[in-house]
Amino acid sequence: MNRYPLWKYLIIAVSLLLGLLYTLPNFFGESPAVQISPLRMATQADTGLLQRVETTLANAGIDSNGLFLEEGSIKVRFEDTDTQIKAKDLLQSTLGDDYMIALNLLPNSPQWLTELGALPMYLGLDLRGGVHFMLEVDMEGAVSKTLDRHSNDIRSTLREKRISYAGVERLGDTLTVKFRDAESRSQALDELRTTYEDLLFKEEQTNNRFNLTASIRPEAMIQMQDSTVQQNITTLRNRVNELGVAEPIIQKAGADRVIVQLPGVQDTAKAKEILGRTATLEIRMVDEERDLDAALQGRIPFGTELYEERGSGPILVKKQVLLTGDRITDAQPGFNEDNQPAVHIRLDNNGAQIFKKLTRENVGRRMAILLIERNQAEVVTAPVIREEIGGGRVQISGRMTTMEARDVSLLLRAGALAAPMDIIEERTVGPSLGADNIARGFNSTLYGFVAVAIFIMVYYMAFGVISVLALSLNLLLLVGLLSILQATLTLPGMAALALTVGMAIDANVLINERIRDELRAGVSPQLAISAGYERATGTILDSNITTLIAGIALFAFGSGPVKGFAVVLCLGILTSVFTAIFVSRGMVNYMYGSRRKLEVVPIGKIWIPKTDNTRKQFKYAFPQESVVAATESTASPQAQNNKSAAAKAEPVTGNRAGKDTETGSSSETEAIPEESQSSAASENKPEATDNQPQKSTRVRGKRKQTTRKGKKK
Amino acid sequence: MEFFRFSRDIPFMSWRRVAAVISITTFILSVFFIATRGLNFGVDFTGGTVLEVSYEQTADLNRIREILAGMDMTDVTVQNFGTSRDVMIRLPVIPEYSSAQLSETVLDALREADSTVEMRRVEFVGPQVGQELLENGALALLFVSLGIVAYLAVRFEWKFGIAGIIANLHDVIIILGFFAFFQWEFSLTVLAAVLAVLGYSVNESVVIFDRIRENFRKLRKVPVKDVINNAITRTMARTIMTHGSTQMVIISMLLFGGEVLYYFALALTIGIWFGIYSSIMVASSILILFGVKREDLLQPEEKKPENDGAVV
Repeated sequence: MNRYPLWKYLIIAVSLLLGLLYTLPNFFGESPAVQISPLRMATQADTGLLQRVETTLANAGIDSNGLFLEEGSIKVRFEDTDTQIKAKDLLQSTLGDDYMIALNLLPNSPQWLTELGALPMYLGLDLRGGVHFMLEVDMEGAVSKTLDRHSNDIRSTLREKRISYAGVERLGDTLTVKFRDAESRSQALDELRTTYEDLLFKEEQTNNRFNLTASIRPEAMIQMQDSTVQQNITTLRNRVNELGVAEPIIQKAGADRVIVQLPGVQDTAKAKEILGRTATLEIRMVDEERDLDAALQGRIPFGTELYEERGSGPILVKKQVLLTGDRITDAQPGFNEDNQPAVHIRLDNNGAQIFKKLTRENVGRRMAILLIERNQAEVVTAPVIREEIGGGRVQISGRMTTMEARDVSLLLRAGALAAPMDIIEERTVGPSLGADNIARGFNSTLYGFVAVAIFIMVYYMAFGVISVLALSLNLLLLVGLLSILQATLTLPGMAALALTVGMAIDANVLINERIRDELRAGVSPQLAISAGYERATGTILDSNITTLIAGIALFAFGSGPVKGFAVVLCLGILTSVFTAIFVSRGMVNYMYGSRRKLEVVPIGKIWIPKTDNTRKQFKYAFPQESVVAATESTASPQAQNNKSAAAKAEPVTGNRAGKDTETGSSSETEAIPEESQSSAASENKPEATDNQPQKSTRVRGKRKQTTRKGKKK
Repeated sequence: MEFFRFSRDIPFMSWRRVAAVISITTFILSVFFIATRGLNFGVDFTGGTVLEVSYEQTADLNRIREILAGMDMTDVTVQNFGTSRDVMIRLPVIPEYSSAQLSETVLDALREADSTVEMRRVEFVGPQVGQELLENGALALLFVSLGIVAYLAVRFEWKFGIAGIIANLHDVIIILGFFAFFQWEFSLTVLAAVLAVLGYSVNESVVIFDRIRENFRKLRKVPVKDVINNAITRTMARTIMTHGSTQMVIISMLLFGGEVLYYFALALTIGIWFGIYSSIMVASSILILFGVKREDLLQPEEKKPENDGAVV
C-alpha cells in the first residue's frame, strides 16, 4: 500500500538533482568583469577582437581571470574592482567609440554549469541597485507635430497646384483649410485626398465659409503611436549604450510607455540627462575638391569641417546645412532594383522640394548625412547623387551590407526622439541598500525556516523531519525554478519566498494531522499513513488553488515589486504541492512502506480520548463513530434510528491491515465497490478495515475507477 | 506531543451571536476609521517623491527641514527611518520641478550641507501612475474575490463561495481599518500582502468546508450545527499548527526584514489572526444563516454500479 513504483522515486531523484544543479550557481557569488560589446550592427565581437583585448591587457600588465566571447560580446573577468576599473579605462581609450565598454558582474560558477544554462537568479533593481524609469511618450505632442507638418505640406501642395485658399489652421486635433468658394474646395479635396492618405477630410460649410477639415485617421493614429514609441525606444537604446550599462532593459509598457531599467547605474543625474537629450540629423554636401590629407594634418579648409564617416575614414564636409532631420518622415532598410541592400527614405513635402533642388544641382557629387548628438557629429553615410530626385522618396544604396542598411535606417529614424517623453516614475536604489535588502530577505527566510523546522520536528518527530526535508526540497526547487526561468527576484519576491516556507508547511501539517486522526481512531499504522495522505490531498489542492488565484491576480494587475512577489508566490505554490504530496509521501514510503509490521508511526505521541464512556457523551466526534454513521446510512435503516450507534462501535483492530498490505496498491483504489460491499457487510465485522479504503478515496473515488481494472490482480 | 486535546466538540456555532456582534462592531469601526481618517497612502498611490538618505553620524532632522524650507518646499515630511542615521524625506508633486530634477536638486542641497550623505533610494511616482496603481489594486481585489467565489461555488456550492468571500473580505476591511486607525503607510507591498491574505485565509475556510462536506457524508443524521462544530473542532489542531508556523516566519520577517517588509509583515499578521477567527466564526455562521443543507453538497444517492467483482 505505502509503496511507490520505481519511476516515482526516479521522478523525485531527478527533480532533486535538477533542483540542486540549478540552485548551485547561486552559491558561487559574482566577480567584477568588463563587458565589451559592439555598438553598431556592422561591427562584430569576434575572435579577432578577443585577441586584441587580450594583447591590450597583457601589454598593460593587467591580469585577467579569464576572457571569453559570449552572446555577441566579450567578457573579461577580474580579481577585484580596482583592476576592473583600470581595465575599463584602458579598453575605452584603446578600442574607441565603436564599442561599448561596461562594468558588469559575472557569476563565478564553473564553466560546465554555465554551459548547462544554470545561472544564478536574476536580481531585481531593489536587490542589486540601479535605476528604473518609466517614461511616457507625449502623444499629444506627437500629434500636433504631425499636424503642423501636414499643415505646411498642405499649403505648399495647394500653392503648387494653384488652388486658391484662404488659410490653414490647426484647432486641437484637426486642421481646417479655408476656401472662398465651393469649387476650389472640391478641387482641393480631390487633390489632397490622393496625396494625404493618413488624413480624413470632411467638407464643412458655415456662414458662407467653405471649409475642409482634416483629421488623422484612427488607424493611422494607431500606427503613428506605435512607430513613435518604437522610434523612441530605438533612440533610448542608442543612448543607453553610451552610458555603458551591462544589461539594460528597455521595453514598451502599454500603448505609450517605455520602461528603462539600468542595473548598477550610480549616476542617476547623468542617466536622466542622457535619456532626455535631443539629437538632430543634417544633410550637407561633401567637399571633394579640397585636400583631405592637409585637413588631416590640421589645416582644415575654410567653410568645411572634418568628420569621421561611420565604417570608413575621415571625410571633409561643407558647413552649410541643406536639410534637417525633421524633414525625414521614415527610413526603412530594403533592396534596390539590382537587389542590392538599400535604405529607403521618405521626406515630407517641403523636404522633398528642397531635396529635388539639391539633387538637381549636385548630380555626381556626394552628400553627407550627419547625426549630431550632444555637439558630437558623425557622418552616418555619404552617398553619391546619381540623378535628380523628386517626390520625396530617396533611396541610398551601394557599398553596404544588409546589416549596414538596417543600421543606417535605424539611425535616420532614431536620431531624434519622435515625440517628447516625460519621466512618470522613477525608482532608484543605491548599491548599499541593495546589498542590505538581500541580507534582509535572506535572513527573514533563514530564521523563519529554522524556527518552523524546529517546531515541526519537535511536534511531529520523524514525520516532522520528513516534513522539514520536503520543505527544504521545496525551497531548493523554488530557487532552482527561479534560476531556470530567470524571473526577476525582488525584495517582495524574497518575502514571498519566506512566506512560502510558512504556507507550504500547511500541507504537511494537514497530512500529519490526518494521520494522527486515523491513528487516534485506532487504524493500523500503514493504513493510517495511506489514508492520511489520500484524504489530505484534496484539501491541500483546494486550499492552494485559492491562493494561486490570488497570486495570478497579483501577477496580472501588479506592477514592478508586486509582480515579483506574485511570481514567487505562484511558483512556490506549485513546488510546495509537489513536495508536500508527492515527495514527502515518497520519503515515507521508502522508510516505512516496506515494513510488514510497523508497530508505531513515529509521528509524536498521540493522545486518544479515553474510555467508551467518554465517547458516549461525545456525540459524533471521532472516526469510529463516523465510520458507523457511514455504514448505517447505506446499510441498515434500523441502525439509523439508533442514536447511540456510535457507542456500539467495536474497538477497532488492525487485524485486517496485513491483508491490505498484501494486496498492495490495489487497496486504495477499490473505493466504490468497497462501498457497496461494505453496505452488505454485517455490522459486527471490524469496521475500520471495511471502511478504511472507502474513506481514503471517497472524494476522488470516481476518477480512480478507471485505473482500477488495470491494477487488479 | 499534542497540544490540542478536545474530548468533545466545541460548540462554536452556539456562540455565533456573540461572534456576529464582534464582527459587526469591528467591521463598522474599521469602515468608520477608513472613512474618517482615511488610509495613509504611500507615494506609490499618491504620487510624489520619496528620498531615503543615510548619514555617517546621527542625522540632524531639523537641519534637513531647514534646508528644504530654504528651497521653498512645503508639505515635506522628514523622519528617521529604521535607525537614527537613516532619513526618509517625502516630497509631494511640485509643479515647478520636473520629476527628474526634484530628487537631484534636493540631494545636491543635502550634499552641500553635509558631504557624507549617501543616497539610498529615490522613488518618484507621477500622479497619474499612482492613480493607476490604485485602480489596478482595486481591480486585483475584485478579480481575486470573484475567482475565489467561483472556485468555491464549483468545488462546493454557491453558499460556500459567498460565505467564504464575505468572511475574507471582512478580514481585508479589518486590515485596512488597522492601517487607517494607526495611520501606517499603505504601500504597494502592503497591498500585495492584503491580497495574499485574501488567498491565504480562504485556505482556512476551505479546510473547514472540506471537513463539513466530509461530515455531511458520514454523519447523516446529525444536525447541521453539530456537523459544523465537529468539523471546526477537528481542524483546530491543524489551524493552530499552520498559522503558528506561518506566524513564525512572519515574525522573522518583522525582525529581520527591514522597513520595507515591516508593514507587509504587519498586514499579514493581522490577516492571519483575523483569518483564523473569521473562518471559524464568520464563514460557518454565514453558512448557517444561508441555511446550508446536506443536500447542497451531496447529490441524491446515485445508483451504485453492480459489484464488479472487487474484493478486499
